[in-house]
Amino acid sequence: MVNSLPQVTALLPVLLLGFTGLALLLVDTLRPDTRSNTSMAVVSALGALASLAATVWFVASGTGSGDTGGAILLFADAVKVDTLGLFFTAIFASVTSLVVVAAHDYFHDHPNPATFYSLTLFAATGMSLLAVANSLAVVFVALEMVSLPSYVLVAFLKQNRGSVEAGLKYFLVGALSSAIFLFGISLVYAATGSLMLGEVAGVLGDIASDADGIGSRSGIAGLGIVMILGGVAFKTASVPFHFWAPEAYEGAPAPVSAFLSSASKAAGFVVAFRVFTEAFPVGASLAADINWVLAFGILAAVTMTLGNFAAAVQEEVKRMLAYSSIGHAGYALIGVAALSADGSGNGAVMGAAMAHLLVYGFMNTGAFLFVAMAERWGVGRTFEDYAGLAKRAPVASTAMAVFMFSLAGLPPFAGFFSKYFLFMGAIDNGFLWLAAIGAVNSVISLYYYSRVVKALFIDDPASPTALDTIDVRPTALYAAVVFAAVATVLLLPGFGPVIETAEAAASALF
Amino acid sequence: MILEALIAVVFVSALVVLLSPNEWAGRLAFALSLIPFAGSLYLWSGFNGSGNALTGGDIAYQTQIEWLEVGGRSVSWFVGLDGISLPLVVLTTFLVPLAIVSAWTPIDSRQSQFYGLMLFMEANLLGVFTALDFFLWFVFWEAVLVPMYFLIGVWGGPRRKYAAIKFFVYTNAASLLMFIGFMSLTFALGDSVTSFALPEITGAIADGGLGTWFGISPDRIAMVAFLAMFAGFAVKVPIVPVHTWLPDAHVEAPTPVSVLLAGVLLKMGTYALLRFNFTMLPEQASALAVPIAAIAVISVIYGAMLALAQKDLKRIVAYSSVSSMGYVILGLVVFTEYGVGGATFQMVAHGLISGLMFMAVGVVYNATHTRMVGDMAGMADRMPVTVGILVAGAFGYMGLPLMAGFAGEFFIFVGSFSAPALPYAPLFTALAMFGIVIVAGYLLSAMQSTLFGPFELSTDYEVGPAPFHDVAPLAVLLVAIIVLGVAPDIFFEMIRDAAVPVVEGVSIDG
Repeated sequence: MVNSLPQVTALLPVLLLGFTGLALLLVDTLRPDTRSNTSMAVVSALGALASLAATVWFVASGTGSGDTGGAILLFADAVKVDTLGLFFTAIFASVTSLVVVAAHDYFHDHPNPATFYSLTLFAATGMSLLAVANSLAVVFVALEMVSLPSYVLVAFLKQNRGSVEAGLKYFLVGALSSAIFLFGISLVYAATGSLMLGEVAGVLGDIASDADGIGSRSGIAGLGIVMILGGVAFKTASVPFHFWAPEAYEGAPAPVSAFLSSASKAAGFVVAFRVFTEAFPVGASLAADINWVLAFGILAAVTMTLGNFAAAVQEEVKRMLAYSSIGHAGYALIGVAALSADGSGNGAVMGAAMAHLLVYGFMNTGAFLFVAMAERWGVGRTFEDYAGLAKRAPVASTAMAVFMFSLAGLPPFAGFFSKYFLFMGAIDNGFLWLAAIGAVNSVISLYYYSRVVKALFIDDPASPTALDTIDVRPTALYAAVVFAAVATVLLLPGFGPVIETAEAAASALF
Repeated sequence: MILEALIAVVFVSALVVLLSPNEWAGRLAFALSLIPFAGSLYLWSGFNGSGNALTGGDIAYQTQIEWLEVGGRSVSWFVGLDGISLPLVVLTTFLVPLAIVSAWTPIDSRQSQFYGLMLFMEANLLGVFTALDFFLWFVFWEAVLVPMYFLIGVWGGPRRKYAAIKFFVYTNAASLLMFIGFMSLTFALGDSVTSFALPEITGAIADGGLGTWFGISPDRIAMVAFLAMFAGFAVKVPIVPVHTWLPDAHVEAPTPVSVLLAGVLLKMGTYALLRFNFTMLPEQASALAVPIAAIAVISVIYGAMLALAQKDLKRIVAYSSVSSMGYVILGLVVFTEYGVGGATFQMVAHGLISGLMFMAVGVVYNATHTRMVGDMAGMADRMPVTVGILVAGAFGYMGLPLMAGFAGEFFIFVGSFSAPALPYAPLFTALAMFGIVIVAGYLLSAMQSTLFGPFELSTDYEVGPAPFHDVAPLAVLLVAIIVLGVAPDIFFEMIRDAAVPVVEGVSIDG
């Protein structure tokens, strides 16, 4: 492949995010006195939306799909633009635009909001690069490009003890898991002699069929794969590397929590989906006695159960959402856990997990942004503090009810379809036990999600004056929350194209 | 396209009312709810369907547009009417305007939200009765729960939180059970169906398309699915012993909500039983005829006995609904033309009569602020018109000839007495008939002590006649009950036309 200009344009969505971030940083450095929060927010939202538009256009026109000549390989095959990458880029760009719009109101009195916008966009750039990475080296670099801005974002309110503490915890766990991840890559390199995903898969197949020295090399490769799996578990906030998530999501400013729990989690999944299917194909791995499918299956079951049970006993809404997002990581992990070696239903179940992540991107971001609004109003953090909010803010509360019911998987909302497709895909592929655990967890989750709705609409405020702090109407935050709610509802009738794109993208991996 | 237009109009109306000012939300909602009523009359006048929609009859106003595809089966927007669903659509659009008018007096806060939710519920109810695709139907079915939860939880009586949660948990658990039951059927059908359209699935089951799934034999799957769906719908109907949510929900719900709950929501359960259990799986239904008939008779007698023991007027009417729904189940299980037809007719008749009773009790409550039998006496003195209609409605409940209740119960008893499919049919019929005696007993004694004799009620204000807009819906309902009692053929003819294929489903097999 020749690196001609038209080919590089396939990276347009990534470049748009990156250049917007650079432009903001440049303006902020050169003319610090003229910067205004509003214009920064507008520019970053426009950049994210332009990236989203480019992504949707690419998907619609079939860029990188099998219909138009297959994936586009760039930079000595280190980058691979295909429908999978574009699908995830659409998730990142959507969440980023919602978050930067909401941040405009959240950081209205912050002295230097420009840093926030450029850091968010840099992290989003890293994520979209991660989505198209075709070599373990690029995966690692992109992952760090996501992580480093994220640490700063969590600690963004540097006068706030909670925020700083959360940032430090996130950084320490993150640094550890990066090291493990990198060591895993080096072990895989040692065993296979390549960093390119496709070549690793080829050598892994050889190891499996090679009669000499299988034991030692497949052992090293297996250890490396387990360590890479650990890195994925950290990024997706799955057991056993989930400890940072409740702390970080709770301590971070709410728009950052929204960004991390939706976009950053999806970024972790794109690594899982691409690396594990392209570099360590199920059949070859099983033949080499490396059963990462089972490992993911156990992680999925434990993660969703732990997340749901922990969420059920929380007293603070934000912390409940943090655990619920761990639970949803468990659902999405089914996408890599319910794979079989023959591969007939693999595309369906992984595509369903991708569609779930897209829907989740809207409903979970919306829920955290509602919390951002509550923080902006100065109402407390617990369920009791939310009591009666619907009387003062009916529109936002309705949107929150939509998010909660959709997260619980109630049928009138998009969350029902995405979960349904996921569980059905798992059953079709022979993983009835995973689907059953998922369904039971889904029922449990209705309990704590409906607690929020009950508090908002049915409970009376603790005192008649409890809600008097709600005296501002943060327009941009409102717009972001309402938009996310509308998207959550409209994705139900519009689920057809989403699942079809996702299944086609996932099937191309097998 | 007229059915879509009808449902869309109600959704838009709900949004308009939701955003309208509280002062005239009630009037606006009433005016807008007349549009679907007129629409349903138009549907009725142009009705040209014949046979049963599920067994290959001619479906009126049919639309089928593909929505999405899952695991090789398509989900579509598939709506249409037959002789069973049209009367229920007319019933729904007829009751909603009346319920809205009856809400003008008691609902005095957050009116626009209240009426908006009522219309939102109406739209989903219309969807439940018209949908012929399982997924579409299920989305509407579950979407009915959400507004109901809020209507009870926000505007209900002192124990509204408990009642709303109980309603939500009971019906959601039931839905899950039913969903699993139906899904196991579709899995067992395997490749013999290509969509979730109910007619196709019914046809495939009748043609012996059920296969072995996960090592379970087709007969056993059909039986398990039948039981799961029966249990799920039984909660909705409700049938003893899963009826306990109903009295709580009714007592705590505001009057207009009770009207819709008893008038239309309970019919969702019997309608679904007829569609899914008795039309799709007639073999299993007739195999279980004796236990089902026994449960039906127990519901009739036990519900009536419970009503006998109540002191709260609303509780009396609520328990008598349990009793009346027992007749419907009995009519369904006997599998005769008059039994199944009469059961469907009784759904409509009971919808009107129980609506009238709840509304009348509500009007009395508006004046007295008590519903306890012992607290008042001689109400006929102060509100003669209301009491007159209440008495007439009670006689309708007892099955006075020339009123709708008589026609419905008469059809059921005619059909059940000599039913070939049900052993000991005369015995079951005789036992169920005994229920009417108990109904007469408790209704007459309750009326005697509250309505007649010297006036007695301790209030510090004067109790006078109810306002015109409280009484008018009662009068309209009474007229409808008498019209349907005098000329049952306006509905019964089309109902019978659709019931015959259901009955044939069983007589062919045995």
